[in-house]
Amino acid sequence: MSLLEIENLTVDIGGHPILRDVSLSIAPGEALGLVGESGSGKSMTALSVMRLLPEGARISGAIRLDGEDLTALSEPAMCRVRGARVGMVFQEPMTALNPLKTIGAQVAEVIRIHRADPDPEAAARRALTRAGLPPQQFPMDRYPHDLSGGQRQRVVIAMAVALRPRLLIADEPTTALDVTTQAVILDLLKTLAREDGAGLMMITHDLAVVADMADRIAIMKDGAVVEAGPTAPLFRAMSHPYTRSLFAASTHRPERDRRPLGEPVLEVREAVRDYALPRRRLFGPRPLFRAVDGVSLAIRSGENVGLVGESGCGKSTLSRAILGLEGLQGGEVSLVGRPFSPAAPAERRRDIQVVFQDPYGSFDPRWKVADLVAEPFHLLRPRPAKAERRARVEAMLEAVGLRAEDAERHPHQFSGGQRQRIAIARALITEPRLVVLDEAVSALDVSVRARILDLLAGLSDRLGVSYLFISHDLHVVRAITDRVLVMKAGKVVEEGETETVFAAPRHPYTSELLAATPDLEAALAAREAATA
Amino acid sequence: MIAFLARRALALVLTLLAATVAIFLLLEVAPGDPALTMMGMNADPEAVEALRRELGLDAPLVTRYATWVLDMAQGDFGTSYTYKTPVSELVAERLAVSAPLTVYALALSTLIAIPAGVFAASRRGRAGDYAVMGLTQAGIATPNFWFAMLLVILFSTVLQLFSAGGFPGWEAGFWAGIKALTLPAVALALPQASILARVMRSALLDAMGEDWMRTARAKGLSRGQAIRRHALRNALIPVLTIIGMQFSFLMAGAIIIENVFFLPGLGRLVFQGVIQQDLIVVKSVVVLLVFAVVLVTLAVDVAYALVDPRLRERRP
Repeated sequence: MSLLEIENLTVDIGGHPILRDVSLSIAPGEALGLVGESGSGKSMTALSVMRLLPEGARISGAIRLDGEDLTALSEPAMCRVRGARVGMVFQEPMTALNPLKTIGAQVAEVIRIHRADPDPEAAARRALTRAGLPPQQFPMDRYPHDLSGGQRQRVVIAMAVALRPRLLIADEPTTALDVTTQAVILDLLKTLAREDGAGLMMITHDLAVVADMADRIAIMKDGAVVEAGPTAPLFRAMSHPYTRSLFAASTHRPERDRRPLGEPVLEVREAVRDYALPRRRLFGPRPLFRAVDGVSLAIRSGENVGLVGESGCGKSTLSRAILGLEGLQGGEVSLVGRPFSPAAPAERRRDIQVVFQDPYGSFDPRWKVADLVAEPFHLLRPRPAKAERRARVEAMLEAVGLRAEDAERHPHQFSGGQRQRIAIARALITEPRLVVLDEAVSALDVSVRARILDLLAGLSDRLGVSYLFISHDLHVVRAITDRVLVMKAGKVVEEGETETVFAAPRHPYTSELLAATPDLEAALAAREAATA
Repeated sequence: MIAFLARRALALVLTLLAATVAIFLLLEVAPGDPALTMMGMNADPEAVEALRRELGLDAPLVTRYATWVLDMAQGDFGTSYTYKTPVSELVAERLAVSAPLTVYALALSTLIAIPAGVFAASRRGRAGDYAVMGLTQAGIATPNFWFAMLLVILFSTVLQLFSAGGFPGWEAGFWAGIKALTLPAVALALPQASILARVMRSALLDAMGEDWMRTARAKGLSRGQAIRRHALRNALIPVLTIIGMQFSFLMAGAIIIENVFFLPGLGRLVFQGVIQQDLIVVKSVVVLLVFAVVLVTLAVDVAYALVDPRLRERRP
């Protein structure tokens, strides 16, 4: 018998259909991967099981856990199910914990509310130890802000598994984490579910992750399941066109012309960036933290350079120095052959522009697209006339795959991928020599990401602009860059042609990063070997 | 935590010093000669000059400032020009009314506002929420002296439960004092409670939208439990800020209410001091109020740190 059986689940919120006739089942000890792009309804399916849907949601169909229909339960009865029989792990570990309560108290609370346990602290200690946070090293009186993202996710996992639930739901549990952390967290989830004989519902947009984690897969699109089946056969056959297009997008590598490289546009020599930390004593000196430690790099005209490393390695700090937003404590940055620093005149900034990660937060919502894209024109001397500005904005919008009429619209009228196109248009409008792309495609769905990568590659070929591509996603860096630098703890530990570095890493840290990166083909091969 | 407190205490002393300089200089450029005020307009110029010497008004600016601050540090606030009594006695007398009134009003405001805010937030968009929002809107819009007069008409004239004004003094007994302060405290608390309830509601709604509230629900907490155990404390920071500001405001801002109820409070003392150009009284009370404000700010900072562990470690 199935542990969880979802039958014809249909949900609408305020008249908008969210889920249509979703049917799924998970056997005890089985891992089901729920795959789809944003808006496909995968998280809503999980929240329906927990009955934590947004207000105003109407639900029909059946959700049976061990044969009991959860949709028929009263709210107090549902409270007894949540946390005890179904545990859930969320996407964003940085905000998933109450900042004012110790981790021990937060884990112990799950036990307190469900069991008359005489010593909930001891049970919390056991749960944290299972999740890899033994209290000897991570005292229970720590607060969430003392912990890293990966450690916080372990606390959330400890809460989810504390009562050994029958079903564990993990909603994009590693999307916000570094690759090496992702690997250990995924491993932990798998191990814990197996130990408890629990069913695992693994929600992700990452096909490689799901191929590794899930025994069976359901692919969702627009609120419905389009294809479902055992993992390896499903990926091998790919009978549904949407599955094929997802697969193609996630392994997509844009076509690029490799042209001879020109003169250097950016040179960084022995860059050092120190931050002052808080004083340890009342009037003591402020200790320094060296975020960037003697980094040198050069980017030539038309060249795409990748900068990879995990969070805290200094890559964003370095990019702020390159952009002339922060000064250096040592070394220098030179742009198109002349020194560049925060003191450089504004018009020099036309040569270097940036695209950030978040396509939602990087625009003033009250501005029209025309004004957003035209804003960098103030860097130009002389400033183009109004008619020319408008013409150039419209031409640029078309170049990035939008329409000239879009200039009159506001950012909220666009999807995430379209907004990222607007951000690219804004970056390219001054005809810069170098664009810094800081995790510019990390927040996008795979199919959107593939199209944006194509766009970037095409623009680079056409305009001869260079990219500094900062990312934690090695697939993306491999797909679009000529050369790559690997950064760790403020230093560049390896540098070389992208293909060479990926095929034969020399530094152990690079090998570690590559090994931790989920690989669809390897996961499928391992799965087939295990069943053969 | 010790370093945190030490740093705050140092900031407190510096703020106080800066404030005394500002107050001193401001009143120095203000028109009016204390000696002339004391002697009257038709006084003999020589007598005025003698009095100026006696009061030390002929000394250089810096000396006068230093004397003033040092005397205050020893509890000597000087002698009022018009009352001819030590300012410290005068202020102590008035403080015995103003301080309890402030605490009383603030306690009432907090006790009403926090439950009202929580009630409204947990019923967002429903009748209870609209009722609280409507009432608080009216509470903010109502002039408190007018509300005070309504209270007097209802409770003193019609029901004859409270006296219409005046203060019997604490010698008349604790409850008699409290009774005399009740109507003024209610009148003062109404607009403050209305503001505070709205702040509480919006802070709680913000907290309720946080990711960790979803985590709390996923643990199996009911909505009410999640609000009480997780959201409430997270919503306290802005509420504490407003309470601190209200305390400072009520200490001297009660002047209109003091007038309506004939209460001998600080507000009226300052007002009379200004009218009669009794600068020594004005200076002393203003310094005292600055001291109170700075002290309350410190208390609010400490309360922040108690509520939020992240602030215990953050350096100013």
